[in-house]
Amino acid sequence: MPTQDNPQLKAEARNLSFYYGEAKALKGINMPIYDKKVTALIGPSGCGKSTYLRSFNRMHDLYPGNRYEGEIRFFPDNTNLLAADVDPIEVRMRVGMVFQKPNPFPKSIYENVAYGLRVRGENNRRVLDDKIEHALRGAAIWDEVKDRLQDLASNLSGGQQQRLCIARALATDPELLLFDEPTSALDPIATAAIEELVHELKKRVTILIVTHNMQQAARVSDYTAYMFLGEMIEFGKTDEIFIKPQDKRTEDYITGRMG
Amino acid sequence: MQPLTTDEIRALIAKGKLKDAIFKGLGIFCLAAALLVIVLLVTDMVSKGSERFTVDFFLNFASRHANKAGILSAWVGSLLVMLVTGLAAVPLGVAAGVYLEEYAKRNWITEIIEINITNLAAVPSIVYGLLALGIFVYQFGFGQSILSAGLTLALLILPIIIVSTREAIRAIPAMIREGSMAVGATRWQTCRYHIIPYAMPGILTGVIIGLARAIGETAPIITIGALTFIAFLPPAPFTGEPAAGLFDWVMAPFTVMPIQIFNWTSRPDPAFEVNAAAAGFVLMAMVLTMNGVAIWLRYKMRKNIKW
Repeated sequence: MPTQDNPQLKAEARNLSFYYGEAKALKGINMPIYDKKVTALIGPSGCGKSTYLRSFNRMHDLYPGNRYEGEIRFFPDNTNLLAADVDPIEVRMRVGMVFQKPNPFPKSIYENVAYGLRVRGENNRRVLDDKIEHALRGAAIWDEVKDRLQDLASNLSGGQQQRLCIARALATDPELLLFDEPTSALDPIATAAIEELVHELKKRVTILIVTHNMQQAARVSDYTAYMFLGEMIEFGKTDEIFIKPQDKRTEDYITGRMG
Repeated sequence: MQPLTTDEIRALIAKGKLKDAIFKGLGIFCLAAALLVIVLLVTDMVSKGSERFTVDFFLNFASRHANKAGILSAWVGSLLVMLVTGLAAVPLGVAAGVYLEEYAKRNWITEIIEINITNLAAVPSIVYGLLALGIFVYQFGFGQSILSAGLTLALLILPIIIVSTREAIRAIPAMIREGSMAVGATRWQTCRYHIIPYAMPGILTGVIIGLARAIGETAPIITIGALTFIAFLPPAPFTGEPAAGLFDWVMAPFTVMPIQIFNWTSRPDPAFEVNAAAAGFVLMAMVLTMNGVAIWLRYKMRKNIKW
């Protein structure tokens, strides 16, 4: 039984390395991701946190010259997400992503959220309506857009667009949701709204969030991982990492002496 | 170094502004020169051909008498040939462009293909005519027909459409493509729901540029044997005795606007000059209308696409 002290595993990186062509960007990462918890990845620019995040939904497969070593085990079925015989599209159907700059499609709000469902063959109007409302409520934006679902998504503000992108990812009931610095392009009020949302969402879905903002990591996450130059330096409960880090490099970063 | 005095700053600015003004003047001069040429051309054609601008001109067949000769077979022929050209070139060109941009791996084979496509755009059109004569007219047996002409011109404008498609696709931000793939879409779904729709304005531009060029091509059409003096139209489907089939018009002999113009200018009778000028103006109007429609369509489509 998963308890506060014995959380269940949702995913686990095992000796994960990654190469951009010849350059080794990730070096033998071992790290757990706990089910229905928020895990934050922090570290200075270029430490590999986004590279690591994008391995979970095999975004790297879209570009030539990339190579994985090691595994990412996904539970409960214990699949290796990086295996050559696992279709990346199948991975992306189970793992959703929210990007750094809000990237709604130049379509209506309705069609943006419906896209994930259409891609899975769902075209029944009533089913779509239901799921879209559910997703927009889950992203805390339903009340603001319910009367203008046919409006263009690009007419929304930056914060609203990002919540729309979250709704788009939620609509397909992902098991793991990846956030790649989701608030770095937003103003403080929109940022606060998204952080509150992440807190709500973890009841439904496991979350892995990359952030360059340490305070955000401290506010929002249950577990934190500090990365540096492609290595996992330290991983642990957020409270423990921020109050009593084990590794000196972690301590230097957190206290602002470095990075 | 000492900071500049106000006077020195002002002198520097004045020099820079002078260069600005010179360049601006040069630009306006070149633009004016180009526009002047077009204005002179149009005025010349209108003034020479104005007495022929009657409804009869558009509805009459060619004739030995200049004042009775019209462009009916020519403009109908041009439109039908454009139809076949468009139907052949657009699906092929867009599909090739999408494949090269979205599916093909970047290796030396695709590099060679890319170089070849841009080279094809430089092949003289009469060479296309010779190629078409051998392949379409004789080898495939399509004869000297609208089908042969349409396919020849389709080959001619294929590189334009492929390049426009690729450029239009490249203009789509990677974020949109990633956003689509991140939701679990296949490459085809991403193409169908996002890439092709967002590239449409650019593709349309390429198609219109291609068609506008094709409508004026004379050399390849002459080579494959368009007739220069015909007094009939290709048979419309289900008309005539016995009733023509749905596609009989595709295999029929024909003529097009540039050839009709060419035929009239090579006649010794100066009265035909009037006809040629009038037909030239009509051809220009056709091209400008096509471009106008394309610009309007592009504007409507582009309005909704904001990244």
